Amino acid sequence: MHIPDGYLSPVTCAVLYAATAPFWAIALNRVKRLLNTKLVPLLSVFAAFSFVIMMFNIPLPGGTTGHAVGVGIATIVLGPWGSMLAISVALLIQALFFGDGGITAFGANCFNMAVVGSLVANAVYRTIANRAEITSTRRVVAASLAGYAAINAAAFCAAIEFGIQPLLFQDASGAPLYAPYPLSIAIPAMMLGHLTVAGLAELITAGGVVAYLQRSDPSLLKMTALDAPGENSAEKSGWRGTKSLWIGLAALMILTPLGLIAAGTAWGEWSAEDFSNPETREQIAAASLNQMPPSAPPAGLERLSSVWTAPIPDYAPAFMNSAEFGYIMSAVFGTGLIIAFFLVGGWIAKLMSRRNVGASPEN
Amino acid sequence: MNAVLDQKLKPAAPRRKKRGSFVERTLKTLVSEAERALFAEELARKDGLLQRLDPRVKIVGLLALILTTTLARNFFTIIFIFAVAITLAILSRVPIRTLATRAWLSALTFTGTIALPVIFITPGNVIYHLPLLNWAITEQGITSALYLIMRVETTVTLSLLLVLCTLWTHVLKGLRVLRVPIVFVVILGMTYRYIFVMLDTARNMFEAGQSRLVGSLDGTESRRIAAASIGVLLTKSFYLNTEVYMAMQSRGFRGEVYTLDEFAMRQRDWLALGAFTLTAIIAFWLGRQDSLASWLNFP
Repeated sequence: MHIPDGYLSPVTCAVLYAATAPFWAIALNRVKRLLNTKLVPLLSVFAAFSFVIMMFNIPLPGGTTGHAVGVGIATIVLGPWGSMLAISVALLIQALFFGDGGITAFGANCFNMAVVGSLVANAVYRTIANRAEITSTRRVVAASLAGYAAINAAAFCAAIEFGIQPLLFQDASGAPLYAPYPLSIAIPAMMLGHLTVAGLAELITAGGVVAYLQRSDPSLLKMTALDAPGENSAEKSGWRGTKSLWIGLAALMILTPLGLIAAGTAWGEWSAEDFSNPETREQIAAASLNQMPPSAPPAGLERLSSVWTAPIPDYAPAFMNSAEFGYIMSAVFGTGLIIAFFLVGGWIAKLMSRRNVGASPEN
Repeated sequence: MNAVLDQKLKPAAPRRKKRGSFVERTLKTLVSEAERALFAEELARKDGLLQRLDPRVKIVGLLALILTTTLARNFFTIIFIFAVAITLAILSRVPIRTLATRAWLSALTFTGTIALPVIFITPGNVIYHLPLLNWAITEQGITSALYLIMRVETTVTLSLLLVLCTLWTHVLKGLRVLRVPIVFVVILGMTYRYIFVMLDTARNMFEAGQSRLVGSLDGTESRRIAAASIGVLLTKSFYLNTEVYMAMQSRGFRGEVYTLDEFAMRQRDWLALGAFTLTAIIAFWLGRQDSLASWLNFP
């Protein structure tokens, strides 16, 4: 799971650094606000904890052992943002001092395990544990599945990152320059190991530790379970409802380069010129049950196509001559816009809900 | 933990030493990790070329070489950087054996296993047929596998050189040149220290458990112990955090972090920086030459 240097192209690494950076910034901001001066010792101690449990051999059914990342348990105890930071720091120390995971691939490793892992673990844990008692079995099940889902989501992201390498980067003779397996091999190969061994190690760690803490130190589970009965639910943050959106967004961003694999233009997304080009006409016909398109572009399409020129036409700015690079940059730019949109939206929603609470004192 | 260990103990099998229990294996990992870090510390104090340089120059220089390795589009360049790395290792008195056991061998086993099937499945010019299975080996397949292996070997060597020839406190301070926020540098430094505290705690915990264990544990029980150990470690981390925080507060910590920045660039550092930059530029230029791709000729 720790991607070494040399498996991913520098462009992929740069994109994943860029994708992870906003999450680090938000996480740091949120955690800092909550902890204030406690931030430094808490993060240090928990990063050390995450590092050490990555060394543990977790006994698995069948007599083998596996290593867990601990992202499930870290999310349940610290919350997704705290876990993101702690795991990232642990990963950086592993990359710098222990040679596990590359330095150029550090962004990718953080994106997969710290960001996607924590967000998925959080979503699964919250959905399943949903207001259950702190000591209920449901929380153990929720934690186990959260750990399992998180590590598999992270592995899936890594598999996609590997799988797009041979499509995008080849040398002059056509030999893949980086991770050489296409998606059709990378995904099953990665998932096989993670749906079984690594997934189980994570499942046992998260579920087992929650079960242990329920007996010995339930207070550690309460920090992220404010909705459990018997607890005063604190002020809910405006971010809570948007977390699934974040996950979707991250997934979409990762999947964007998949668009490069699909041949031809998406059905129905033809431009006016496509109707006069014999090659694209063939493609349209093949995709439309052999129905030949009209020889001239529909008048409406021709008229409307000149009304609006996108600032980034066809997802590839003119100044970038590499289509792949432009595609990825467009994805990052688009995501940035969407994130900005949600930030503003969340802020407005928060303001409005505050006003509503103020207007109805009986609440 | 005692109560847990006392339950369900099976009579010891007569000296059946399989691969050791998970407790033993974890203990081994914990000890070897700590040893690896301590060994690096020892090497970093030796008198060699890289050891004498300013940590910032080393970080920037070695990172630039790592980056050019990943950017290279032909073999020649990767081998060239690998040769530079080995020269640096020799000049810095890093034993080649250490590099071979700690970097090359493990990278070769891991990446080699991953890269092996590539030589059969990559489409391209067939250069050989396996006799019995009739699998075709392609030129592109071999090239691709070699790319992956050589790239990983070279980058691993370079990053190992950085850690082996620099005190970890200096590596962390040097990160400031990469604009890593100071609060992160401090967190990284504290984390690195606490990793040893926790490794020690975990080792003590497992040793204590192991010394009270007479038989072998069944699967369920060992899983319970593994989870409980992590749980105990988590609780201890919380206590440790509170203690550390109080200690910091009592010394006047108010959330701001300061570090002493005693690095000073001397003449040899500037020279080294120039040499690194030149090597990186040459390697970058070489790496873009597609004509060099045919450097590796197949019969």
